[in-house]
Amino acid sequence: MGEKILMKGNEVIAEAALRAGCRHYFGYPITPQTEIAHYFAKKMPQYGGTFIQAESEVAAMNMVYGAASAGARVMTSSSSPGISLKQEAISYSACAELPAVIVNIVRAGPGLGGILASQCDYFQATKGGGHGDYRMVVLAPSSVQELYELVVEAFNIADRYRTLCMIMGDGMLGQMMEAVEFRDSEDICEADKSWAVTGTGMKRDHNIITSIYIDPEVLEKHNQKLQEKYRKIAENETRVEVYNCDDADIIVAAYGTVARIIKNVIKTAEKEGIRVGLIRPVTLWPFPTAAFEKYAQVPQAFLSVEMSAGQMVEDVRLAVNGKRPVHFLGRTGGMIPTQKEILEKIREILK
Amino acid sequence: MFSKRIVIFTGHFGSGKTEVAVNYALQAAGKGKKTAIIDLDIVNPFFRTADARNTLEAEGIKVITPIYANTNVDVPSLPAEISGMFEDRSYNVIIDVGGDDLGARAVSRYRDQIVREDYIHYFVVNTRRPMTRTKEEIVKMILEIQSSANLKVDKLVNNANILDASTPELLAEAARILEAVSAELSIPVGFVSGMEEVLSGYEGDKGIEKLYLKKNIRLPWERQ
Repeated sequence: MGEKILMKGNEVIAEAALRAGCRHYFGYPITPQTEIAHYFAKKMPQYGGTFIQAESEVAAMNMVYGAASAGARVMTSSSSPGISLKQEAISYSACAELPAVIVNIVRAGPGLGGILASQCDYFQATKGGGHGDYRMVVLAPSSVQELYELVVEAFNIADRYRTLCMIMGDGMLGQMMEAVEFRDSEDICEADKSWAVTGTGMKRDHNIITSIYIDPEVLEKHNQKLQEKYRKIAENETRVEVYNCDDADIIVAAYGTVARIIKNVIKTAEKEGIRVGLIRPVTLWPFPTAAFEKYAQVPQAFLSVEMSAGQMVEDVRLAVNGKRPVHFLGRTGGMIPTQKEILEKIREILK
Repeated sequence: MFSKRIVIFTGHFGSGKTEVAVNYALQAAGKGKKTAIIDLDIVNPFFRTADARNTLEAEGIKVITPIYANTNVDVPSLPAEISGMFEDRSYNVIIDVGGDDLGARAVSRYRDQIVREDYIHYFVVNTRRPMTRTKEEIVKMILEIQSSANLKVDKLVNNANILDASTPELLAEAARILEAVSAELSIPVGFVSGMEEVLSGYEGDKGIEKLYLKKNIRLPWERQ
């Protein structure tokens, strides 16, 4: 491990990608994630890579499609409205089984919305966003150090399964500064990319990267193959942090920066004799259903705390499956739930 | 440290300019000076002077921020009253400038008004930030900012920190790097800044002035 340095979440995303061997970045600026592009623009030339500020988010994601088709480690980043623009090419890339990393530093929506922190894109990230039966891995870090580790991991997961992998953070995570310590070298998955379109050299049949299937039977077979891959990912790549859940009076579900607020709530509640547990999904898809099943009968109730009008709470309800009541506390518009209001909600539920 | 009427803080973004500027303003006001702080940051959307507005105003400090600071709009629109502050000589004015050459550009618009007054331009450095770690990187950043702000840097501020994990040794390490920067550009170190518990343990740079910092800008989980 090296020295501790102080970095912004957005800078760390770019630095981690470079360390993970990403040499191609295509993007279009939007607050609160533009520092990712700034960092790449400054550093990429030193690595002999490609930085392109595309003419639009649509173009950037199609450039990702191109670079990934050639087997390159590639990334794009944006914030909510920009991610909406990328959806067509995201669906195409998922169908063509292209490995790539997409970063969404979420801002408050809907619409053009605002630049402040939010988690209102959970549905978009985990339930499709684009059209068709596809999934992508969605990782939700809650600190700058974890952001670094998960970005590196995202590239590995993408290559290992030929899948899209999204890093989803909120504006707070992107903008805040924390100490980070980088490893001397990264554990990089050397995936077989013999499927990539790199030229046959007249030595083999040509490879095809496509998302169009004319024959319905062939398309159904391709869909089945995708679903099988998603099952495998769900089996192997689900990540979750379970904290203080044994004998909990109430278990809070929260991810990203909100989970850090909950950890302080836990300390305050402890002083009042209330035992609060936390289940923090690190992968939002695949959702850590098993962790909720395991603790479903432990607390009196569950509470999902989000910076949204109630999105992840639906998955929590499915996982708890009626065994306990599932409550919700959410703020929207760029407002962040305070420790005080969360604690009041917990007291009210347990009354 | 508090003798100049107009005090400008520039630096790499994330160097700690805002915490330094806010603490400097609080201490200037504490010495009975009529004080104003101008948030001239047109780069950074989060964590800014406006976050400390209540603390500053409680000490009688006039706080001037871009019109849309801490709202949901990222339009860097600067209020007209900024110009007035350079002319009203009853005020001591502290200016927190946005990061890097991009942020420093906002200062150049006021250059003619600033150079007529009794001013000082501090460049804040945290050697544990990725693009100001070495002498070469710091010199490059200073030259870029000077050219963009159209205003020469007068003094350096040693603000080396890694937040809660900061140590006096870190300030000493930074002091050695800044010494080399000073030698190359003939810009002396003006003062060293840090949280009280760290800075009180720092004994290098004999006789150098110290600015003790109190944390004014908090993350959501540090708030109640």
